Amino acid sequence: MGTDRGNGFKRRGVVAALLVSVALAGCGSKGGGADGEAAKASAAPGGIEKPVLKLGFIKLTDMAPLAIAKEKGFFQQEGLNVTLEPQANWKVLLDGVIGGQLDGAHMLAGQPIAATLGYGTKAELIAPLSLDLNGNAITVSNKVWNQIKGDLPMEGGKPKHPISAAALKPVVASFKQQGKPFKMGMVFPVSTHNYELRYWLAAGGLNPGYYTPGDVAGTVDADVQLSVTPPPQMPATLEAGTIEGYCVGEPWNQAAVQKKIGVPVITDNEIWRDNPEKVFSIRKDFAEKYPGTTAAMLRAIIKAQQWLDADNGANRAEAVKILSQPNYVGADEAVIAASMTGKFTFEPGDTRPAPGFNIFFDKHAGYPFYSDAIWYMTQMRRWGQIPEDHDDAWYIAQAKAVYRPDLYLAAAKGLVDRKVIPAAAIPETDGFKPVDNGFMDGVPFDGRKPNAYIQSLKIGLKQGQKVTASGVTGG
Amino acid sequence: MATAYADIAEDARAKDPRDEAETHAASPEPAGATRASPAAPAWNMQAFVGRFGISLLAPVIGVLVFLGAWAALAPSVDTSLGALPGPVEVAEQGVSLFEEWQASNEAKAQFYAEQDARIAAGTQTMAFDYAGPPTFLDQVITSLETVALGFVLATVVAVPLGLAAGLSPLFNAAINPIVQIMKPVSPLAWLPIVTMVISAMIDSADPLLPKAFVISALVVMLCSLWPTLINTAVGTASIDKDLLNVGRVLKLNTFQKLTKLVLPSSLPYIFTGMRLSLGVGWMVLIAAEMLAQNPGLGKFVWDEFQNGSSQSLARIMFAVIVIGLIGFALDRIMMALQGLVSRNRTI
Repeated sequence: MGTDRGNGFKRRGVVAALLVSVALAGCGSKGGGADGEAAKASAAPGGIEKPVLKLGFIKLTDMAPLAIAKEKGFFQQEGLNVTLEPQANWKVLLDGVIGGQLDGAHMLAGQPIAATLGYGTKAELIAPLSLDLNGNAITVSNKVWNQIKGDLPMEGGKPKHPISAAALKPVVASFKQQGKPFKMGMVFPVSTHNYELRYWLAAGGLNPGYYTPGDVAGTVDADVQLSVTPPPQMPATLEAGTIEGYCVGEPWNQAAVQKKIGVPVITDNEIWRDNPEKVFSIRKDFAEKYPGTTAAMLRAIIKAQQWLDADNGANRAEAVKILSQPNYVGADEAVIAASMTGKFTFEPGDTRPAPGFNIFFDKHAGYPFYSDAIWYMTQMRRWGQIPEDHDDAWYIAQAKAVYRPDLYLAAAKGLVDRKVIPAAAIPETDGFKPVDNGFMDGVPFDGRKPNAYIQSLKIGLKQGQKVTASGVTGG
Repeated sequence: MATAYADIAEDARAKDPRDEAETHAASPEPAGATRASPAAPAWNMQAFVGRFGISLLAPVIGVLVFLGAWAALAPSVDTSLGALPGPVEVAEQGVSLFEEWQASNEAKAQFYAEQDARIAAGTQTMAFDYAGPPTFLDQVITSLETVALGFVLATVVAVPLGLAAGLSPLFNAAINPIVQIMKPVSPLAWLPIVTMVISAMIDSADPLLPKAFVISALVVMLCSLWPTLINTAVGTASIDKDLLNVGRVLKLNTFQKLTKLVLPSSLPYIFTGMRLSLGVGWMVLIAAEMLAQNPGLGKFVWDEFQNGSSQSLARIMFAVIVIGLIGFALDRIMMALQGLVSRNRTI
């Protein structure tokens, strides 16, 4: 009898709960009831199907195009009402976009690719726009820096750049002797930072480890063990001694300099000249359902990218001020300015010009090249995240499914017609960059021949090789 | 009869619920016994009138000593974000958060004014809500709303279950193991499950309530359910046997028995449980918001931690103080309610 009564109450409870939630939603301060109704009552303006949007970002300076598009009114000019919301880490952000809490986000280039390939959460995400070139650096702890500094070739009283990861070899060896793993941090298994850090280590003869199918640790055969830490926590993790170095976007390298806990040794621009970095990503069904909204978003972001690079960076100081607001990147102005204004500080007293450190618009930075997506996939194969061989056509087909220059061109051409951006800002291309010789180890990359490229890399999986927990087999 | 429920509320003091003064001065605190109520002495204010000096002076001195020690010691703690902020810096950040709120209100007013102008001029066809960043006050309000929803849900589920468990030893025995296992589970363990379930269940593009809000509220509910449930069960079980006998003589039906006898006599217990639940809910909420990045005070703290600017620590400390003050205020409100229902009880 008691059980029956309990159930009865429970059912009634659920109904009451629903009533309460409705009441709460009605009087909630966030609702702004009357305005919301006004928004729904009036008809949507021409072409914009969904004007109220929420975009996610991670607290990094390369989210600048989104902040600028909002703060300088570019979103609003396109008829969009955008809320920008910082996310805790890349996983939360990715789930937000896939789950629909976020309409789009500032994303790692590898994320929409991996989601489409089904590595991690499987979902159809697309990248209709690339947000920037470069913008990352690798930092080591003061302890490691003091151990390697003495052996570095010098140039004019300062270490000669680029610094090869080979310099780390003795340190890694001494760690091994003491039975301790040498650990470094990056931000996500499919992040640019993971691949850049791996590229740098491998180019210096250190193996960063392979991924067995399905795992996300990636430490099989590793000389250096890499682990995931969200960007803003990177300096704190380094300071805590959990890792000896990391690869991360700005301002978190300059933050280490500022806090005197680490020294940046190389920027990603020195690892791979003008490498593609973050993308703006949305769900594929979002783009299909709301083509007008998608184009309007892209137009606003492209305008913001142009603003960021206009007149040789004349607007950068203002951008730094906006980014330092607590609701955006939130770091101190001086820290953000340290990389955003054409200079990069390696250690106190060693500030060097780095005009290409953050490129948002120039060099066709916004165009989502297929070859960029293919490079990321070659690295996924190289380190075992793609467990099996595929032919070149497969790589190209996957790249075309994720990277969507058609959407970019539609938006950018609209801006050219309105004479907002110059026609030269849109590249004449079939989506493949010419053979790229910009890598620090000199290995050329041809986006049309991913398999040949994978074979040409010294450390990494080759044709036919597989990774098991005990090591690499086959090939 | 109370012994039958000794298991479900092992540490609830078996006490005559009619002993009013005892019930609210030293309320039975099963789940959160460690959370000693700081307000206990203040309740008997009348009794302390003669010693007003002590009840007023001592707390003031305590707070001053704390502030003094904080101010003296903070500068010597060096973090990578600079020295630990003292009370003055924290107060300054409080002021600056207030100014940000004012600035945001101005921006909001300006946004609506400009929008109205554009709509009037015909360049914009549709009115939007202001989409600026949430201010500290917005986050506080969001947190309060979330905890309110979670708390209401918890009460709505826990009180009927508790009554059922108190009245039926069979039902009590049935749910006891589940209650005992669920009770100590941390909100952080619930979070991934709730997140995945809610994400799968709410799939409309424009849900009535934001997903994040529902997730936080449900986590609060799951964690704050237990004190109310257990206290209700104990309160119901410890009802005076004579009363039940009288009810039987008067041939009261089940509903009458519940409303005339059981509920009135177990109300003090229920409210004690609810008060504990609210305290638990508030603590849980901050953790849930922090981890799940749901809007609210927890997100404010986490965002500031991620910012790592030179003001971040002071702002976080300010938030900590506000969290404490709100928790204290909520506890006081529940205590007042509890006192009210105990006093009006006529049995």
